Amino acid sequence: MDDPFALLFPTAAATLRVATPLILAAMGGLFSERSGIIDVGLEGKMLMAAFFAAAVAAVTHSAWWGVAAAIAAAEVMALLHGLACITYRGNQVVSGVAINIIAAGLTIVWGNAWFQRGGQTPALDARSERLLPLFFPNAGDNILVYAALLSVPLTWWIVSRTRFGLRLRAVGEVPLAVDTAGISVPWLRYRAVLICGLFTGLAGAYIAIAQNAGFSRDMTAGQGFIALAAVIFGKWRPFPALGACLMFGLLDAVAIRLQGVRVPGVGEVPVQLIQALPYLLTVFLLAGFIGRAVAPKAIGQPYEKEH
Amino acid sequence: MKGLLVSLIALVAMGSIAQAQTTLKPAIVYANGGKFDKSFNEGVSNGAKKFTDEIKIAVVDFEPSNETQFEQALRRFAQRGNDPIIAVGFSQAVALEKVGKEFPNTHFTIIDSVVKLPNVQSVVFKEHEGSFLVGVLAALASKSGKIGFVGGMDIPLIRRFQCGYEQGVKYANPSAEVIANMTGTTPAAWNDPGRGAELAKGQFDRGVDVVYAAAGNTGTGVLQAAKDRGKLAIGVDSNQNYLHPGTMLTSMIKRVDVAAYNSFKAMQGGSWRGDVSVLGLKEGGVDWAYDQYNEKLVPPEMKAKVEAAKADIIAGKITVHDYMSNNACK
Repeated sequence: MDDPFALLFPTAAATLRVATPLILAAMGGLFSERSGIIDVGLEGKMLMAAFFAAAVAAVTHSAWWGVAAAIAAAEVMALLHGLACITYRGNQVVSGVAINIIAAGLTIVWGNAWFQRGGQTPALDARSERLLPLFFPNAGDNILVYAALLSVPLTWWIVSRTRFGLRLRAVGEVPLAVDTAGISVPWLRYRAVLICGLFTGLAGAYIAIAQNAGFSRDMTAGQGFIALAAVIFGKWRPFPALGACLMFGLLDAVAIRLQGVRVPGVGEVPVQLIQALPYLLTVFLLAGFIGRAVAPKAIGQPYEKEH
Repeated sequence: MKGLLVSLIALVAMGSIAQAQTTLKPAIVYANGGKFDKSFNEGVSNGAKKFTDEIKIAVVDFEPSNETQFEQALRRFAQRGNDPIIAVGFSQAVALEKVGKEFPNTHFTIIDSVVKLPNVQSVVFKEHEGSFLVGVLAALASKSGKIGFVGGMDIPLIRRFQCGYEQGVKYANPSAEVIANMTGTTPAAWNDPGRGAELAKGQFDRGVDVVYAAAGNTGTGVLQAAKDRGKLAIGVDSNQNYLHPGTMLTSMIKRVDVAAYNSFKAMQGGSWRGDVSVLGLKEGGVDWAYDQYNEKLVPPEMKAKVEAAKADIIAGKITVHDYMSNNACK
């Protein structure tokens, strides 16, 4: 058996690698949900962003253009969500699901039309096309990993220490009060949704051009939903949400390393059990430890001004 | 009026029969990794392309987004008069068994599984023999003595790759250790490059310096991770050496392209038979890849040893155990 301490650093690095897109998406989701807009569409926004990051990086040979395109793509999707939920007061869950379906379909259709590779983008070979590790080549600590870690205290500071944050929280709890104070509810919520677009754009870019080298269909593989779960796990607070993301990341990293390892007295643990572990633990924690998660009061309710 | 209508219908019907007799309408239903997985499915696609280029008959195809679409896709092609139809991958066996019975006059070919119907041709490969060879090479090329394997979905077929590979590793270096991971237990495991990369990095962290990916499109992530870390990787099904010259040690080639091409060709020539063919090293169905992309990584003495093992397997001096014969690797 390997030396456990020699495995500590790689496991921590793997945890961060897996958790980075979750953290970014969770912080985005937190802004949106705190303003009262449910965001089931984190997944779709990430997927769209991942596609544009890979496509633009492949064409321009620049990772930075890829990141910019990813943010722009996610913002367009975010605006679409805002238009449906804020301006037209539609059902927020339905809009989010629609965004996921649109992203899953359009990425493949565009990918096929532009690159003729069955929805994949060309593999990114050149160093300039990807975000590379900064300090530890083996750990994969590219700039977005640090951005994700920094985004958590930043989110905390904005939400709980600034005037914008106060109004954001208020609009998610009692939008009428905000409106009475003469502050525009739609504008506040649009800003929240756009911030969410920025974060999911970064998350998508990370998946396509930092973690992987190119886009392949459905490559976000449910991470948007895990991020959403992390927001709820963390009771709509940044640091607990970070904890939830790191827990998911750690479980994944450990699951990968536990495969095929013989546990003394038990023998080889079946792959299926190890892969079910994160989900089992989720149910276990939700049932016993998290306690009641209280959502922002006005979440999911479109705000209608009285005339 | 009525008479005219009947004769019109008759005319159309005759026309379509005449068409069916003169031209072949081949179709392919791909497996989950997708047509451009640079591996298993892409091999079939290359075979179809070769056929189209030569005979000028277009091949229609379908890429299912999930496994429930196999049956629909096979049935729709059969209803439209497509013939022959190739079902790619073991996971279509159940669907094909059903659809094959419904359309006894349509010719089907299934790759990687056996369906016992008179109108179904089954093509299976001795992946353990090819994997044995790349295992030998992996053990010879490894400096750490730790060799990695990343499988796609955890099924007996992929265990067969793993088992053959392990035997090859032990044959060349009895003290070498093989660390194996499976990506998942659902067909989504064929199409998750991110997880493939993460699995490979986990193995590199444990000292692995050569990794073999038998995981469809998930494998592209494994090969990329090897390139990022400067480790050696072994591709599968198609020759993937060209993907990352310098870190691609070799590829275990499975001639699915030839299988697809031969099926269409046999249909066209009238020699199509609903039988089971098992293609191993001897039949040229599996092999290891040596070309201009990896010749620098494989010095002549290594090449000679792999070729010697290949000759021994063909001659019957080495028997590679088949995992699927008893569902165990011994």
